[in-house]
Amino acid sequence: MSNSNLTRRGLLKTSAVAGAGVALPTIFTASSAAAFTNEPTGSTVTLGFNVPQTGPYADEGADELRAYELAVEHLNGGGDGGMMNTFSSKALQGNGILGKKVEYVTGDTQTKSDAARASAKSMIEKDGAIMITGGSSSGVAVAVQALCQEAGVIFMAGLTHSNDTTGKDKRANGFRHFFNSYMSGAALAPVLKANYGSERKAYHLTADYNWGYTTEEAVRSSTEAMGWETVAAVKTPLTQTDFSSYIAPVLQSGADTLVLNHYGGNMVNSLTNAVQFGLRDKQVNGKDFQIIVPLYSRLMARGAGANVKGIFGSTNWHWSLTDEGSKAFVKSFGEKYGFPPSQAAHTTYVQTLLYADACERAGSFQPCAVVEALEDFEFDGLGNGKTLYRGDDHQCFKDVLVVKGKENPTSEFDLLEIVEVTPAEQVTYAPDHPQFAGGALGSCNNGA
Amino acid sequence: MMDAIILQILNGLDKGSAYALIALGLTLIFGTLGVVNFAHGALFMIGAFCAVTLSRIITISHEVVDETRTDFLGNPLKVDVPYVHDWLGKETGDVIIDWAVPLAILFAIPIMILIGVIMERGLIKHFYNRPHADQILVTFGLAIVLQEVIKYFYGANPIPTPAPDAFKGSFDFGAMLGMEANQIIYPYWRLVYFAFAALIIGAVFAFLQFTTFGMVVRAGMADRETVGLLGINIDKRFTIMFGIAAAVAGLAGVMYAPINSPNYHMGMDFLVLSFVVVVVGGMGSLPGAVFAGFLLGILESFASMKEIIDLIPGINQIIIYLVAILILLTRPRGLMGRKGVMED
Repeated sequence: MSNSNLTRRGLLKTSAVAGAGVALPTIFTASSAAAFTNEPTGSTVTLGFNVPQTGPYADEGADELRAYELAVEHLNGGGDGGMMNTFSSKALQGNGILGKKVEYVTGDTQTKSDAARASAKSMIEKDGAIMITGGSSSGVAVAVQALCQEAGVIFMAGLTHSNDTTGKDKRANGFRHFFNSYMSGAALAPVLKANYGSERKAYHLTADYNWGYTTEEAVRSSTEAMGWETVAAVKTPLTQTDFSSYIAPVLQSGADTLVLNHYGGNMVNSLTNAVQFGLRDKQVNGKDFQIIVPLYSRLMARGAGANVKGIFGSTNWHWSLTDEGSKAFVKSFGEKYGFPPSQAAHTTYVQTLLYADACERAGSFQPCAVVEALEDFEFDGLGNGKTLYRGDDHQCFKDVLVVKGKENPTSEFDLLEIVEVTPAEQVTYAPDHPQFAGGALGSCNNGA
Repeated sequence: MMDAIILQILNGLDKGSAYALIALGLTLIFGTLGVVNFAHGALFMIGAFCAVTLSRIITISHEVVDETRTDFLGNPLKVDVPYVHDWLGKETGDVIIDWAVPLAILFAIPIMILIGVIMERGLIKHFYNRPHADQILVTFGLAIVLQEVIKYFYGANPIPTPAPDAFKGSFDFGAMLGMEANQIIYPYWRLVYFAFAALIIGAVFAFLQFTTFGMVVRAGMADRETVGLLGINIDKRFTIMFGIAAAVAGLAGVMYAPINSPNYHMGMDFLVLSFVVVVVGGMGSLPGAVFAGFLLGILESFASMKEIIDLIPGINQIIIYLVAILILLTRPRGLMGRKGVMED
């Protein structure tokens, strides 16, 4: 920002940008002359990393933050460059974004929608963040995505798995690299059929909130399509810690398979309780009783300990993948922090690179230009094989991993093994698929 | 249907055991010291972390490089070998590691009593003559502090703390009673928990009923002033009671660790329910706390049956509070409350 340039337009611009810090609602009333919200005018550009730093997902948030710091280091030309070397787009030069050094601020979502919105708002208004990314829950992602749309900044979602993030709650300024409930169901079904047959009676326990519903719906429709019967689906309160009274009736129902549509602490406890009840040692309908966890994360696998052994689930990415991108990422992350990255770390690192790359290709930080650069962008080399950022709903389409709890882990991070890499075509759906119906992207917002 | 009912009664007894143990400690503190202790849930949580800590101490390891395997970066794999393996041999070492949770009972008792005494002497003592609102605020604040301290050292993730292998799996009641197999099964460790809770509750009652110390404490609960005038140092005894109450909550936590992997906020999850239990049972009434603990545990189990939820959606989330309202409307002092407690 230069004060010597005293043209009318320059003065207006200067005072508007300076005023943004003083008059809080400037951004939302859009009464400034800046081209778009938080247009970087100096030699730096600020990104906002909004992750859970306190609360039950704090450890997952910490891993996301490590990945963000690594991405910033690589973007600014530090370290070994990680996946920037394997990324199919070569627009990134290691000199920041569009020549501006990347700086960042962090916010604490506490895994609460209101806290996440408040911290995102503060990063946009006070710190001048031009892009917000992160999160470890779909409720938070949907809330922050809507805020970013209003404010006119880009939102690159972190770990959010509900169909709604790119379904009924999608927004033009929001993008998701992580996979979703539908994809988990579509990827799991064939593996379950191959391992457990097509005549199973499934009992669902479902966390009583948005993500739980979409996951139950996705897994039910894909398993029922291959012949499984759903004998019951019971909603469990999100605050539940002891699931014994929900698990005890499972065997009495005649079910031979238990599907736990739970995440985080819910999943750790429900799986631990189910294993305690000895369900997996039982025989029902002449078959071994089985448990399925549609969405796995390392956080959960560690919390559940030995209970995850042999249990199928799906995941967005895993450090044991052997493609060049994954290997480069695991190497730079592992050497910096001493342990392999989680899928949450992977998706947030990739999202940061994708955003920076889109700015470079667009030649601008303007949100609508970035949206255009990301829409229908095809890329490779970021750990998931060929990937498409679909323009219709801003969802990435790529291979999905079906994993199983490992029988003989070598360390506390080596808990899952990849059973199958389900190709992208098999998990792709039409933009107007019923599980994603309702809602519209709308048009992109530059804010300011 | 009969099976389902028996199963939920079992379930309720087991849930009720934890509620009763925590509520028992709460009532002991309230009855003796007149303090509403919101940090009691945190004591339960610290108990569970005593189990975590002991199992970590037992498994303190040194690294051995295994040249035949590689880690995720392709370097030779470093394997952690616990010192107990070196000292006692692999077999004996594994048995000790396996039995970490029961061993933690012995480890937790002195620690919990110490924490209880420090808490009482260091902080809560200064709030005896303050209004209940002050006591609630200070103990609630203390609970948050303790929670954050645990999170600082142990992280936010739940930490798996399994029961010994001997208690893995579940007991088939149905088969025992000559019914169809697999209809009424219940995990061994939860049965152990119930038996353990019954033992502790019995021990606390016996201690208060049959020892001179207990008699003095009971007298103090009834009329503190008169006991003081008789020249008995009631304060000292009450401090010890606080330590005992902390130990009861801590032991409840130790044994609970294999049921749900301990995490830093597990105490808060139980605290609110335990308060409801105390209020329903009657403030200051020990048998009331135990009875209400089991009653609410069983009701909660029944309310989470699919048939009941289908009939009244959401009942599983409100049943305890609904019952509390009904009981307090019809019996304002709770089920076994005495006149004059918290009514001055």
